[in-house]
Amino acid sequence: MNPDVLWRYLPSLAIGFGVTVLCWSVGGALGMALGFAIALLRRLRLPPLRWALRAYIEVFRGTPFLVQLFLLYAAGPSIGLRLSATAAGVLGLGLYSSAYFAEIFRAGFGGVPVGQIEAAKSVGMSKFATLTRVELPAALIAAVPSIVNMLIVLSKETVVLSIITVPELMYQMQTMAAETFTAFDAIFAMAVFYWILVEAVSRLGARVEARVTAYLATQGERA
Amino acid sequence: MKPEVILHSFGYLTQAAGVTIAVSFAGIVIGFAIGALVCMARLSRRPWVKRLGGAYVSVFRGVPLLVQLLFIYYFLAEFGLDVPAIVAAVGGLALSSAAYQAEILRGALNAVPRGQEEAAVALGFTGLQIWRRVLLPQALRISVPPLINEFILLLKASSLVSVVGIAELTRVSMNIASMTYRPLEAYVGGGLFYLAINLTLAGFGALAERRLAAGETR
Repeated sequence: MNPDVLWRYLPSLAIGFGVTVLCWSVGGALGMALGFAIALLRRLRLPPLRWALRAYIEVFRGTPFLVQLFLLYAAGPSIGLRLSATAAGVLGLGLYSSAYFAEIFRAGFGGVPVGQIEAAKSVGMSKFATLTRVELPAALIAAVPSIVNMLIVLSKETVVLSIITVPELMYQMQTMAAETFTAFDAIFAMAVFYWILVEAVSRLGARVEARVTAYLATQGERA
Repeated sequence: MKPEVILHSFGYLTQAAGVTIAVSFAGIVIGFAIGALVCMARLSRRPWVKRLGGAYVSVFRGVPLLVQLLFIYYFLAEFGLDVPAIVAAVGGLALSSAAYQAEILRGALNAVPRGQEEAAVALGFTGLQIWRRVLLPQALRISVPPLINEFILLLKASSLVSVVGIAELTRVSMNIASMTYRPLEAYVGGGLFYLAINLTLAGFGALAERRLAAGETR
């Protein structure tokens, strides 16, 4: 361990961490929005649309993120899609995670008791009101832990962005390791930064979960 | 692109795909068993059991799988605990996947209506019967899609077990690439096998969803 080296490289590592957090949060938000839209669209009774969305999910879930990223960044220009490395990275993270998020939201909606939807209908709530005020809050109960899981997996996938030269944490770390021959320090610092990120997401997730399951407190303990 | 390279190494790739499937399957099954236990611990009324479950999830979800694998295989050996490569590979996959599966199950259990459990208590079910006959079947129905997500992620993560010396699909693709000087064909071949396995998994998921939803009238 060499604290001097870490201290000297701290600014570049901090910037790298910032880029990682930025790519991860924007990519994750994009993935969640897309995934939610896909989960909603899959409920429409339009077979061709359903098949197309199913295919989308299987392709983006079934192939490695690295391959998707390469195709987006390296093969994108040949169909007129010219993206900077960071933009390609964020878009790639969004597309990749949207397939997983779509399944998580679908499972969440599947867990909503039918009685609640029927009750909403019988008191005359509109379809939109039923969705936002009954189905979504109930769906989040099952979905939040899985969303946190996926966000943690996604934070680890951001490492792959270094391969298309996004200046994120891994990239800065490799630069530091190459310039100072301190591979161990680099990996140690990286572990600390990622641990901070994962722990922060877990805590945030626990708070959101406490909010959506607040009603359980009024119903007594589990047997 | 020379597709015959893939055809020539088809035998190797099939064999390697078998290793990938075996290691992942063992990881999924053992991971599910541990995950169910961790989930029960997290829902326990005893504070220390609850905290133990929380600590498990925090550690095994927070530490990268690669580090866990290297730890089991190389670090434990320092203390005279010589773990065979295949045990380290399956154990690493199972331990890390269990943390994710525990969280998925916990979310699904929270979504099972409380009345179900009260009804079971009223009917005189014992604690274990309530878990086995009432809570788990309903939680499983809700959690199939995110569980399939997790299984697919685990299958892709199984490429990491090559670091402990297991010749699985990714490692064999690398070998073929370096033997034939045809990396594109080798990796496309390996990738097609991964895609085929993942599509099969997703197909099983759809089947399981239909089976488990049979009791549901919607």
